[in-house]
Amino acid sequence: MESGFYGSSLDGNLKCKFEESGLANTHEIMEKAVRWFRSRSIFVVAYGTGCGAIEMPPTFTSRYDAERMGVVGVATPRQADLIILSGYLAYKTLRRVIRTYEQMQKPRYIMTLGSCPINGGMYWDSYNTIKKLDDYLPIDVSVTGCMPRPEAVIDGFVLLQERIRNGEKAGWEKYDENFEFYKENQKRVLGGHIDPSYETDWYNLKSGGKA
Amino acid sequence: MIFQIILLIMLAYVVGFIYFGLYRNITARIQGRYGPTVYQSFYDSIKLFSKNNTVSYGWMFYLGPVIMATGAVLTLVLVPVFSDSDFLRSVTSQGNLFVLLYLMVLGPLGNALAVGTGGNPFGVMGVVRGLTRLIGLELPFYIAVVGLIIAANSSDIVHIIDVQKTAGLNIINHPLLFIGAMISMVGFFGASPFDIPGAPQEVYSGPRTEFSGKFLALLMSQGSLFAFAKLVLIVDLFLGGADSLVMLVLKTFTIFVAIIFIGIVYGRYKVEQAVDFLMKLPTLIAVLGLARIVWFG
Ligand code: SF4
Repeated sequence: MESGFYGSSLDGNLKCKFEESGLANTHEIMEKAVRWFRSRSIFVVAYGTGCGAIEMPPTFTSRYDAERMGVVGVATPRQADLIILSGYLAYKTLRRVIRTYEQMQKPRYIMTLGSCPINGGMYWDSYNTIKKLDDYLPIDVSVTGCMPRPEAVIDGFVLLQERIRNGEKAGWEKYDENFEFYKENQKRVLGGHIDPSYETDWYNLKSGGKA
Repeated sequence: MIFQIILLIMLAYVVGFIYFGLYRNITARIQGRYGPTVYQSFYDSIKLFSKNNTVSYGWMFYLGPVIMATGAVLTLVLVPVFSDSDFLRSVTSQGNLFVLLYLMVLGPLGNALAVGTGGNPFGVMGVVRGLTRLIGLELPFYIAVVGLIIAANSSDIVHIIDVQKTAGLNIINHPLLFIGAMISMVGFFGASPFDIPGAPQEVYSGPRTEFSGKFLALLMSQGSLFAFAKLVLIVDLFLGGADSLVMLVLKTFTIFVAIIFIGIVYGRYKVEQAVDFLMKLPTLIAVLGLARIVWFG
């Protein structure tokens, strides 16, 4: 992984340069502006797990029109800022979700719908679903209800926008800081093999491929 | 001169993005919803420019958006913006319509190279669809342009504008050519029924599938620059150019709204349907217009 916008919205180097030349204020203002733009434009990849996927079409189309707040659906995780997981996650799904989440570019956020990703919901004693998603991936906003109505989903968008604007610590920062913790938990339920393997040095495969 | 080029790019960036905001807004209103603000495309582009980039497919992949942006900027600086003044007409005298027609396809070809390196199947499918469609799109447009060149006896855009001042607007004198060129323009803008390359339900976002963050932002920005350049070109060729900023915005906006309305009403063609259609009706109309010029002057 390359360095970039870690921890703050602007580059660390840039911040140092600003502070050296006594422009720490300017840096703060720029950061505020970038945060505001980020909150006003959220690209969503809707990952329909569980029952909740049915609530997403009305949220994004004419009836509830999430686009008026700058929230639009996109087709690929590469372009997305937010992934919506709309219900319980089977182990099999979790594997794909982790893959999708790690393909998204930072800053990235997760929103879950329903009670299943929070505590297992009505699948709490199921043999093949996870109970608390927060142990495996960092959740930014949980919209509760079984199933939440589009109004509640939009409420979740507004909450997320507020958090971005205030510069609160986001899930992806926690994921970077506690990477070992999350990977440990993921391996516990998924077994040893999770793609992509972080032991492989993809750029030097010829020279042994060990990082 | 450098100053004028920078000013022109800034003008095109602002106007282009506001037009795209309007595009989304008007589409939303027609679909019975409130829609995003007019500035939404600005927000999107600034956010994308501030995003991180952690994927890499080698330098050729990232050259794609750069080549596209180069094509867009070159097209922009070669189109005369105002009909009467030399302002913002920095290097227009260096090029003519032939150079412009060549530059208009430079971007898609460069992007095809880049997307091929990325290896994403949806990207490659999008590129193949785009290039196939281009065969159909170019035909009526080129025939229309050849007709205008014969009518004005020159391939210089400034001269074509000047001829319209005395002989009347080309849209009235040569309506068949205008119709043929406009149908291709709908395709060049990526509006329905010709929005095949990036069809969301079929190939995700087509050529853009693998691009993220800053490179996606660059693709969006060049799209708006290019859109502005194409609108000004149509205004120059058929509506006699614009002598002031107000006229420029008025004329380009009229063309733009016409394209939006056509795009909203129609569904999407399949690739072969689109090429089939473009090779028949618009080409026929353009050829009739050309024949009229050749035989009846
Ligand atoms: S919270 Fe309810 S609606 Fe959502 S996935 Fe669980 S059971 Fe289904």
